[in-house]
Amino acid sequence: MVHAAFLMPLFPLVGFAVLLTLGRRIGDPWAGWIGTAAIAGAFVAACVTFAGLVGEPASTREFTQTFFTWIPVGGLQVKAALYIDPLSMTMCLFITGVSMLIHLYSIGYMKGDRDYSKFFVYLNLFVFSMLVLVLANNLLVTFVGWEGVGVCSYWLISYWFQSESNASAGKKAFIYNRIGDVGFLLAMFLIFSKAGSLDYSVIFAHKDLIGGGVATAAVLLLFLGACGKSAQIPLFNWLPDAMAGPTPVSALIHAATMVTAGVYLLCRVSPILQLSPDADWVIAIVGVSTAFVAMTIATSQQDIKKVLAFSTVSQIGYMILAVGCGAYTAAIFLMVCHAFYKGLLFLGAGSVIHGTEDEQDLKRLGALRKVLPWTFGTFIFGWLAISGIPPFSGFWSKGDVLDNVFAKSPVLWAIGLVTALGTAYYMTRLFYLTFYGKARWREPAPDRPAHHTPHESPWVMRIPLIVLAVLASVAGFIDLPVGGLDFFNTWLDPVFAGSLYNDHEHSLTVWALSVTDAAVAVLGLFIAWRIWRVRADRPEFEPRFLQRVWYWDDAYDAIFGRPGEALARFSATVIEGRIIDGAVNGVGSLVRVTSTKARRFQTGYVRNYALAIALGLALIIAFMVSRVWWS
Amino acid sequence: MSHSPGFPYLTVLVLLPAAGALVVALMAKAPRKALEVLGVAISLATLGFAIGVAVLFHTHTGGFQFVSNHDWAQALGIHWFVGVDGISLFLVLLSTVLFPIVLAGARTKNDPRSFIAWMLLLEAACIGSFISLDLILFFFFFELTLVPSYFIISGWGYAGRAYAAIKFFVYTFLGSAFLLVGILAVAFIHQHQTGVLTFSLPALEHTHFSGTTEVLLFCAFTAAFAVKAPLFPFHTWSPDAYSQAPTGGSMILAGVLAKIGTYGIIRFDLNLFPQASKDLAPVLLTLAVIGILYGAIVACAQRDMKRLIAYSSLAQIGFIALGTFAFTTQGLTGGVLLMVNHGLITAAIFLLIGWIYERRRTWQLSELRGLQTPAPVMAAVFTVVMMASIGLPGLNGFVSEFLILSGTFLVHRWWAVAATFGVVLAALYLLWAYQQGFHGTVDPVNAKTRDLDWTERLVIAPLIILIVFLGVYPKPVLDRITPSVNQLVARVEVSTHTHQPLVARYGTAGAEIAAKGQR
Repeated sequence: MVHAAFLMPLFPLVGFAVLLTLGRRIGDPWAGWIGTAAIAGAFVAACVTFAGLVGEPASTREFTQTFFTWIPVGGLQVKAALYIDPLSMTMCLFITGVSMLIHLYSIGYMKGDRDYSKFFVYLNLFVFSMLVLVLANNLLVTFVGWEGVGVCSYWLISYWFQSESNASAGKKAFIYNRIGDVGFLLAMFLIFSKAGSLDYSVIFAHKDLIGGGVATAAVLLLFLGACGKSAQIPLFNWLPDAMAGPTPVSALIHAATMVTAGVYLLCRVSPILQLSPDADWVIAIVGVSTAFVAMTIATSQQDIKKVLAFSTVSQIGYMILAVGCGAYTAAIFLMVCHAFYKGLLFLGAGSVIHGTEDEQDLKRLGALRKVLPWTFGTFIFGWLAISGIPPFSGFWSKGDVLDNVFAKSPVLWAIGLVTALGTAYYMTRLFYLTFYGKARWREPAPDRPAHHTPHESPWVMRIPLIVLAVLASVAGFIDLPVGGLDFFNTWLDPVFAGSLYNDHEHSLTVWALSVTDAAVAVLGLFIAWRIWRVRADRPEFEPRFLQRVWYWDDAYDAIFGRPGEALARFSATVIEGRIIDGAVNGVGSLVRVTSTKARRFQTGYVRNYALAIALGLALIIAFMVSRVWWS
Repeated sequence: MSHSPGFPYLTVLVLLPAAGALVVALMAKAPRKALEVLGVAISLATLGFAIGVAVLFHTHTGGFQFVSNHDWAQALGIHWFVGVDGISLFLVLLSTVLFPIVLAGARTKNDPRSFIAWMLLLEAACIGSFISLDLILFFFFFELTLVPSYFIISGWGYAGRAYAAIKFFVYTFLGSAFLLVGILAVAFIHQHQTGVLTFSLPALEHTHFSGTTEVLLFCAFTAAFAVKAPLFPFHTWSPDAYSQAPTGGSMILAGVLAKIGTYGIIRFDLNLFPQASKDLAPVLLTLAVIGILYGAIVACAQRDMKRLIAYSSLAQIGFIALGTFAFTTQGLTGGVLLMVNHGLITAAIFLLIGWIYERRRTWQLSELRGLQTPAPVMAAVFTVVMMASIGLPGLNGFVSEFLILSGTFLVHRWWAVAATFGVVLAALYLLWAYQQGFHGTVDPVNAKTRDLDWTERLVIAPLIILIVFLGVYPKPVLDRITPSVNQLVARVEVSTHTHQPLVARYGTAGAEIAAKGQR
């Protein structure tokens, strides 16, 4: 059954091809159904492969499926091949599952869009690329998927390209990712130069060829790539802009799947990470800083999607922090749970936006619990899960991360805990501003009229909300911190053997930490409830510094943007125009001045030279032809 | 010198378009349509022969195939000596693919007879340059490319064509003067040593030069090739020529003619002057990296799409030079592959820009806006080509770029690191250009832009198919290039008593040996 693995990427690829060629003719809504069916096929294939893999004994749960040799040049032999092991399997299951739900949701959400079928073309291609990313058996094919999801993200962010800001947001995402890609590329060059291969199995089997210093460099370079893709400091500020894309895109690409690819990559190369304790510290510190900074920003954003975007950045910061602590299972566990609850929250937000005719401003929402009962009812579970309230999934998965961090460094743990407090706070703020308080959408604003009564979303959008609400609630139970119930840990053990901190923790410590987590979550909830329950207008809690994202974009603009533009202008006008071309034209006019005496022969018309060459060449040809003839 | 079938395929490849040019030139009374059909037919027939060569070509051998060698001017030691190996095969194919597309897709209303005749002559000259194994023969074709190019730019170009054509002509002509002197010097030195006057490349490879002589000769050859390519800082003719030439002219100038320069470096510099090539590699590598970064930075400031692509080409040519002077299997193979890939990509971009001009009478980005709304198919095609140029994996540009950079990294780490940043810059200016032209709300002027019709889609389809195919399955091409590259690398290694890192040749096994050696 494991040999069905190739069907996972094949279904979305076929879906992409069909919709690309026929989509416009098929149209709304069947194009959407075809796209959804393709992903459903991939999900079924993933389940079948999973069943096959579980049937194997734990030690042999890995196999490779090779299709063809992609790049064969001398010592560099790169094959297009899939590698299935518990890690890539886990990724495939939740990617295809969540993608399927979000495709279904999009059938309703995108209804009536001008380019309806194109949306599903991109979405299918995205899922294909994402599966290539996680299934590749070597770094270069992973990079193919990596760039594939990047370009789909670019297309989907700038999907409504008529607006200049959407187009710019797409471009920004692509370029920030490209900066990270420099790291990824250099890491591949470095690893190839030392190990002579890019295949994961070969690299891991020849770890001794890579060595400590090189490993640190390679890991940090890959981490730069991960920072781009997974929106970590210093490359995190493309993600909030990416919210310009349709909301299902934000849910799928910019929350559940693509943005976690950096975490996956680091987990995939964990044997290399283990060679470099120094790099681990860098990763952990960047992760916790990102988690904290993004959390602070999320407390003050006005736009419902921006809050969720910074929340995503913050949550991925936790995953990166876990990776830096060597807690790979915890990172993947949080990734899966996050995919469920953040997917749910984004789809819920999408349902709000859909129901209120594109209102995203929290200060223009409010009291929606009565008019959007399904959205409200499901959103509760996402809110409680991300806040870390037991027994929902966020409590278990974030708790798992924090336990591991505690074992590495209590300081990092403390920052993580403060971030958890802030997380519960900003999510509760969002929750109250959206669903409670006054119905602010009834009042006309200076720039737009009052809304009609919002309407609940159709059933194709409600079903994914319900399924994700269930998953967000119960997903935590796949890995309880109790011996014998840590199924997820056991499942991934063959991949990450011997890299877990929490094995070493005393069970009493684990209990104490869990109680602390829960207490902090409740505290965050309570504070936000006190502040935001009734009033929406509390500027003292939304400092400008946080609203402007710590002035991060302004700083980049001042440091890189404007000087870069100036450099380009200077190069184009002064260096190119006056120096290099100036020299050429200077020589030209010098020749013209000094050759006036030879005017009679040199008419100055290049045409005559050209004709002279042509004539001369013709003579040579004639001469040569004659030689051939008579020889 | 392995394999030469009875039928003189390569000679036909040159003579067919040349004869076609003559025939078209003589058909003074023929209607435009007939001339156009004839032009396309001749170039397609040439393509057919080239495909024949590719099919019969023996994989996994590095030497020249389809060799035919006839005395021409015996007293002068000049031969009709032609052959292809893995390095030239795909450049011949590239030329024969692009010319039919130019003749079908970039037609001209003004005096089509001369245009088609010049184009066919240019095709003959380009193919001739790639298959010549006799230096004088090569020089002959190398010079011959100038004449039709000059007339095409000056006859069918845009407003600044006169200046552009003269600049192009004088600049390249000066370069080739050095080449001629160099060729003669090499032949005379060889004659002095062996008593035989010959211009045959395989014979001249055994000439011994003193260090200074070799460096000087290398510089003479490289001057011509660096201008033709163009390499930084010999490039300033190219933005003018590329932007002022008619669409077909730009496609061929950037797509094929530029490759004669880089091909010349690989074929003649590396074979004739391996020591000097190796010694001066740091200079060339530095120029290459400057070209990559500088070309990209200047491209960022362009508001004129054709000039933007000209500077982008400067960067791409820099990549080719980088791979070449790395002297590793990956670098050089990537360089050869990039010549092909860049040819396909730039030709497609110039064709698209030409079509935009036909509709909007401008290629200034400030005047274009929101074209994706009225012309979604054109936008989609443009996107694919742009992504190939940016180096998106799955499309052809990436394979060559990756090979070049990984091959260079093995031996000149910091040059490769600097060049890798060119990857970011390419995305910067191309996505910016796309946003200016295709994104945004369309204004009434641009709203009437016609989308690609079926003929246009058919014309550009082969380029798109090749761009995708070579990105997904470059193996057939790489399998034919690599043996010839290995032979060339081996030649340089033997002459210079150096060797490329073992990992480049043997992968992990090589890495293990290298690691043991270090301990």
